[in-house]
Amino acid sequence: MSFIPGQPVTAVVERVEIKKLFQGGNLILGFSIGGGIDQDPGQNPYSEDKSDKGIYVTRISPGGPADEAGLKMGDKIMQVNGWDMTMVTHDQARKKLTKKNESVVRLLVTRRSLEDAVKQSKGGYAQQ
Amino acid sequence: MDNESQYSGYSYKSSHSRSSRKHRERRHRSKSRDSSSRADKSVTIQTPGEPLLDAESTRGDERDDNWGETTTVVTGTSEHSISNEDLTRVSKDLEESIPLECKRFVGPALGGCLSFFALLTPLAFLILPQVLWRDALEPCGTPCEGLYVSLAFKLLVLLISSWALFLRPPRAALPRFFVFRCLLMVLVFLFVASYWLFYGVRVLEPRERDYRGIVEYAASLVDALLFIQYLALVLLEVRHLQPAFCLKVVRTTDGASKFYNVGHLSVQRAAVWVLDRYYSDFPVYNPAVLNLPKSILSKKMTGFKVYSLDENTANNSTGQSRAMIAAAARRRDNSHNEYYYEEAEMDRRIRKRKARLVVAVEEAFTHIKRLHEDEAASSPKHPKEVMDPREAAQAIFAPMARAMQKYLRTTRQQAFHSMESILTHLQFCITHNMTPKAFLERYLSPGPTMQYQQQNGRGRQWTLVSEEPVTSALRQGLVFSLRRLDFSLVVTVTPLPFLRLGEEFIDPKSHKFVIRLQSETSV
Repeated sequence: MSFIPGQPVTAVVERVEIKKLFQGGNLILGFSIGGGIDQDPGQNPYSEDKSDKGIYVTRISPGGPADEAGLKMGDKIMQVNGWDMTMVTHDQARKKLTKKNESVVRLLVTRRSLEDAVKQSKGGYAQQ
Repeated sequence: MDNESQYSGYSYKSSHSRSSRKHRERRHRSKSRDSSSRADKSVTIQTPGEPLLDAESTRGDERDDNWGETTTVVTGTSEHSISNEDLTRVSKDLEESIPLECKRFVGPALGGCLSFFALLTPLAFLILPQVLWRDALEPCGTPCEGLYVSLAFKLLVLLISSWALFLRPPRAALPRFFVFRCLLMVLVFLFVASYWLFYGVRVLEPRERDYRGIVEYAASLVDALLFIQYLALVLLEVRHLQPAFCLKVVRTTDGASKFYNVGHLSVQRAAVWVLDRYYSDFPVYNPAVLNLPKSILSKKMTGFKVYSLDENTANNSTGQSRAMIAAAARRRDNSHNEYYYEEAEMDRRIRKRKARLVVAVEEAFTHIKRLHEDEAASSPKHPKEVMDPREAAQAIFAPMARAMQKYLRTTRQQAFHSMESILTHLQFCITHNMTPKAFLERYLSPGPTMQYQQQNGRGRQWTLVSEEPVTSALRQGLVFSLRRLDFSLVVTVTPLPFLRLGEEFIDPKSHKFVIRLQSETSV
């Protein structure tokens, strides 16, 4: 999940589709985000590389739309509806997620377990 | 270690001003026949004279029985009886004290003579031709008068500065003569002597007629004397001002230590410097405050008898003692426990007594009030008894005397404060409007040694013990010690480190800050 500046970012991602829920007069997704290029990356408990300024999922309300869609805490969001989330400010990320005229958001998220799974299968494949 | 030979009762004097070396060498030679070793390592710094019993000697006044001491200590027991070591001191005193008083002033006297001689020489140079062959002299006009004025002024400056710098009563009698001073005096003497020699040969013999030349000759002598005085100023006064060494002074009995920065000094001068600071910086030496109470220490070494089965017992002594010590260490003992609890108990007791004392003193001080001038006149109907400070002190001393005595006894300071001294101090505090706390500061913490000195002109006796000759300069790793009868101060010399100071310029506009954000938004 770390990146080398100047090199294209490669990651194993999972597609997560969340339907927004209308609750209390707002369309909510049911999770909280943290991070951004204007934030302090050293305080991110979920990132492996403490200089990673990406957007991370910090909390998921249980039973909410994100939880049902399979989003996990600690996921790094790479894209929202096609918009890149690796180099955005916190506020820009929030705006992309809470557009009022969209009822569905399609996220590309990555997490450590995905990478490990792919590595394992690749390794297993190579041994064959 | 260092072979100490007490330099048989003879001490050299410090010469603050110039005294001739020949005189010293004569005396040195006569006395060195008496002493056994030429290269003596320990010499006496005798600050002139010494009282019979000075305040720093051990006094075995009422030992507090709580410590349970069973040793008998041979000390001076009271003001009126003399113990063994006092006897030896007295005998040493008697043979040294009388010539000491005169010896103190020989140095300055000789120096004074030499400087007087040196200052009169130019005047003599000028006057002698006038007196002897006045008629044959060529008249000399304005240049001579200018030279007269400058000569007079320079002589005045020399006189005043020699008086200010060099003619001071010495405060310490050093064992060896002061190398720089003697060198300078020799220099002055040779200088003046050579000038006289040339004068005698060139002026007096042929009856020189050029008076202006003679005046210029005298003026050149005075110039040279001024330069020698400048040299003396630099060597004697200025050189030791800039710090170059760090001296660590440790007292052997209780480990009180201090660090001082000094310049380039010789060992004996550094010793005097350290002693000056000792009297005002170090807490007073209290022989009654021991490290471990004897009751704890004595338990360790009982109950072991070592039997040696070996034939040659001569070689076995160290083996025996080592075996004993090892066995004692292995044995499970709780003396550290006892020490800890004893210490805690002692602290508690001291604090309790201190609290009682503070309260008693505070109450006592509320009984008296300073009477102002107008009050005495304006209240005739209440005639208060008007007292002077001494009577007031005596009046309020009674309620606090007991608490004070108990406190002093607990902190083992009773030897330092007699009732008379407490009364005097109380009177002093009342006169100067001090609060009870100010009165008590003298008793609550042990003050510097200077506080307890009685003022007498006999001085203090210290012995400088060193492996190096005492006129050598300080250098790294030098160790010498200053010994008194019951304790000594060990001084270690280390040079001050060379400092490399770098520079870093900070632009005042470069101080900028950002806020570390960590926001979490729920979507």
